[in-house]
Amino acid sequence: MPRLDQINSVLRGAVGSFALIALVACSTGQEVSQSAQGLNDPYEAQNRKTHEFNKALDTNLLRPTSRAYAAVVPTPVRTSVSNFSKNLSMPQVVVNSLLQGNLENAGTATFRFVLNSTVGMLGLFDAASEFKVADVDSDFGETLAVWGVGEGAFLEIPVFGPAFQRDAVGKVVDLFTNPLTANLNEPETYISPTTSALRALHNRDRFSSTIDSLLYESADSYAQTRLIYQESRRFKITSKTTNTPATYEDPYEQ
Amino acid sequence: MNSNMLNRRTFVAASLAFAGMAAPAAALSENEARVLIDTVVTEINRVIASGQTEAQMIKSFETIFVQYADVPIMAQYVLGNDGRSATAAQKRDFTDAFQGYISRKYGKRFREFIGGQIEVQGAREIKAGYEITTTAYLKGEAPFEVIFLVSGKSGRDLFFNMFIEGVNVLLTERTEIGAMLDRRKGDMGLMIADLRQAG
Repeated sequence: MPRLDQINSVLRGAVGSFALIALVACSTGQEVSQSAQGLNDPYEAQNRKTHEFNKALDTNLLRPTSRAYAAVVPTPVRTSVSNFSKNLSMPQVVVNSLLQGNLENAGTATFRFVLNSTVGMLGLFDAASEFKVADVDSDFGETLAVWGVGEGAFLEIPVFGPAFQRDAVGKVVDLFTNPLTANLNEPETYISPTTSALRALHNRDRFSSTIDSLLYESADSYAQTRLIYQESRRFKITSKTTNTPATYEDPYEQ
Repeated sequence: MNSNMLNRRTFVAASLAFAGMAAPAAALSENEARVLIDTVVTEINRVIASGQTEAQMIKSFETIFVQYADVPIMAQYVLGNDGRSATAAQKRDFTDAFQGYISRKYGKRFREFIGGQIEVQGAREIKAGYEITTTAYLKGEAPFEVIFLVSGKSGRDLFFNMFIEGVNVLLTERTEIGAMLDRRKGDMGLMIADLRQAG
């Protein structure tokens, strides 16, 4: 008889593939690769409501909790928890890099994982950065982009925040396909989500003045969030998909 | 010797212009663009390391900003289409308010850079002048890319935009100023007055 967790992992895989199929089905129906410029926000009204919800969530829960976490837990411990969480995500970076045919990134991520899991004591210390190993990151949204899937519309998702449609699907797939944590039993299965939640709290605190100014000091925090997400996401994707140098608007010619 | 060089340069420039080649207006060279950003970065690094108070840092940042950036063209871009209906006096007012706003908004963030460094990596020619790529090294963070765009089109070599990990600072501010105007039902005077307090 299959154990419950095995069923779970099968289910997760199934959900992942279902999301992927749904996405591919959707994207064949519409323009697949829209130009990576301009604004595509047909759900703006709904997105703005979600943005207000997320903002309230930040005001009432995320910001105060991150402050409490920072006040109670000393910085080195918080850093170690974040390092640990990030190290757990490395196998996934390896998988996504391989899916993208990016052997260099895959190699760096593998090296990081091995080094930090051993010398870095199970990932508590970022030894790789001390040895100047480049910082690598990747996700399934990027993989989809490399495969030619267009970014789709802009969405603001409850709790998770801004994402292009493509990257929202990527997030769902990533949630269920970490090779390191996909087949864990109870209580271990909670390690990764818990530490990534703590990492999120730590980051909320580390970047608090940036986030506060974005959410609470802007005349239109939704428009700012959307623009900044768009620009930085596209920057990341472009660095993985093309070698063409950027072109810039020339304000002297306007 | 010096005046000889100058004459030669003038002569070359004149003949180029004459030949209709009209080389990039002020003939900003890659090296000059690089030197400009090197200077900016050195000054910024000095302010970061100086241990000044927040108010002093904002002042220092404003000085650097005015000296090395093309504030009027930045303000004009940020005002965008809304700027077309503005009077000349409003445009001047806005440029002035914008300068203070940017200095406060970014100057008060300098504390986060304490212990950090910015290094110039490379230069590349673009339509308006040069793109200078730098890397920012902040304590406890992965290094990230900051790009400065430099042009000689104002008659002096000045930077006119920055991209922090792909985020276009001018475009961000254009969005913000547009939102401020919308909130005030397009009242330019009111927006400018409020901008003097913002940041």
